[in-house]
Amino acid sequence: MHLAVQLTLASLSQQVLVGLAETTTLFIVSSGLSLVLGVLRIPNISHGALYMLGAFLAYSITRMLGGTAAGFFASLLLAPLAVAFISLVVERFLLSRLYERDHLMLLLFTFALALVFNDVVNIVWGAGYRSMQLPSMFQGSFSFSGLFLPRYSLFLLCVGPLVAIGLWFLINRTKIGKISRAAAVHREMVGAVGINVSWVFAAVFMIGCFLAGLGGSLVAPTQSITQGMDASIIIEAFLIVIMGGLGNVWGALLGSLIFGLTDSLGVLIWPQFSIVFPYAAVIVVLLLRPAGLLRSTW
Amino acid sequence: MSEASSSLAYRLRSLRRLETFACLAAVIVLLLLPFVLPDFYVYFAALVLVTGLFATSLNLVLGYGGMYQFHHAVFYGAGAYAFALMLTKAHAPLWLACLCAPLVSAVLGFLIGAICVRLSKLYFGMLQLSLGSLVWAIVYRWYSFTGGDNGINEIPLPNAISSTTGAYYLTAVVVVVCLFLMYRIVNSPFGKIFQAIRDNPQRSEAIGVNIRLHQLKGEVIAAFFAGIAGVLYVVVEGTVVPDMLFWTVSLEVMVMCLLGGWYTFLGPLLGAAVIVGLRTFTGAYTEHWSLILGIILMALILWLPEGVLGLIVKPANSKMELSAETGRK
Repeated sequence: MHLAVQLTLASLSQQVLVGLAETTTLFIVSSGLSLVLGVLRIPNISHGALYMLGAFLAYSITRMLGGTAAGFFASLLLAPLAVAFISLVVERFLLSRLYERDHLMLLLFTFALALVFNDVVNIVWGAGYRSMQLPSMFQGSFSFSGLFLPRYSLFLLCVGPLVAIGLWFLINRTKIGKISRAAAVHREMVGAVGINVSWVFAAVFMIGCFLAGLGGSLVAPTQSITQGMDASIIIEAFLIVIMGGLGNVWGALLGSLIFGLTDSLGVLIWPQFSIVFPYAAVIVVLLLRPAGLLRSTW
Repeated sequence: MSEASSSLAYRLRSLRRLETFACLAAVIVLLLLPFVLPDFYVYFAALVLVTGLFATSLNLVLGYGGMYQFHHAVFYGAGAYAFALMLTKAHAPLWLACLCAPLVSAVLGFLIGAICVRLSKLYFGMLQLSLGSLVWAIVYRWYSFTGGDNGINEIPLPNAISSTTGAYYLTAVVVVVCLFLMYRIVNSPFGKIFQAIRDNPQRSEAIGVNIRLHQLKGEVIAAFFAGIAGVLYVVVEGTVVPDMLFWTVSLEVMVMCLLGGWYTFLGPLLGAAVIVGLRTFTGAYTEHWSLILGIILMALILWLPEGVLGLIVKPANSKMELSAETGRK
């Protein structure tokens, strides 16, 4: 009896830690989505495809650099930058023409982008799946007092807060962050005081898509990289953003915590239908607070 | 004044007569199709009709109701699964399965709608997307009941409706009846209020319209017809897969509505014909269907946001409105 309780406690905390590590990528991806949704008002369905693109790019860059730890770290920077550059091109030539359209059109347009990105991935990397190894420094796991935590999960647990702090700094302490916050509230007024709103939008879109790419390159060594890996994460990211409050980065953090933890704890309760728990959490939250947990920028 | 209005009434009547005539002609063409076309094209025509019914049912809430129905495929899939499960698991008689499957969709529409109509626009759409994805996840994971990602095959259907021609005739008859019913609904007082809510929710509320109730009714009706489309899909294809209720399918159907024009009644049918046609016939030459669809969709949004039929119908409509205006003066 005593043993059983200890076992559940141990597995519980184990599961919480693993869940938190998974939450990191969810947070990184959904905060980017939330940023774009809050400032540009674009429900960017192609965000998931950019995440997938980030994973494939990270795979190729790491291979090109010889599969070393240095190559892996370089890919964590280069792959998101490449994704950000692609998104800049897309924003300048396509999306910037559509800002006045309603959300339905924007949603469908970004769906079209997602379709195109998917096929580009198919053309460049082929339809099969790829997998890459963790660099040797991240293989294996730490163990303390009966808990086993994979080293890479620990790394993710460090990256998550770093990204959150970086985003906080960017939004609250830099000029572009302040301008973009103002633009989220009143676009015309920001333009009226002589700021080039269009380029602010481009920059915010780039940052948001950079985060998608970063999320993709972070998960690249932990799962098989396939076409269609975008389809589930984009829905999850949208749910998190809606649950947290549209455009609120802290809402995205809170939302991904709820989502990730209900998911990982659900595995303990009902493995076959663990997927039901996070969705149920979203529904409960939205029934209690229809506009999301935290204040939305809309 | 009376001269103007009587000429308007005359024009309206002749237009109505023209419409009736066109409908009769279309029905006759539909009935004769299997005698002229080879088997594959008959199957293709049935698929177009099913998808067209599905798209039209979406347009009921999307185009006429202005509701952000982001996940309509759930109701389509629910109808198909309910039909297939009743035949394979419950061994129900065919007529009962046909009757119950759309009702299952309608009940699901009521449940999802009751939760979602509390919110509006993007929040409505997103919550619906999440609920729909939940349904998909359950269907996808529940191997023992729904067959998981294998779907359900070998559905026992009588020969009369499982043959290509039989499936086509059943589809054609049901689709025509459903289109007629939906046309009546759109032009009923309920339909008019529905469109008023789309055009101006604040004013509609001010004159005493219960917006949420109407949206919920609309949702149930649309889900019901989507369920019928789902049943017909099973009849035509003979199989059900969970991909039917994946969210990308919902967006593809939205593209059909957009392509045909979502302020028109027959637009989605036209859009469905174009998209299904392109998918079927480009499939022979290239595997890059999603690239083609993406580029078409981008071009549509950039240059033709009213849709093909919208482009044709809109000027004619505004002329009618204009003459109605002068008639009133």
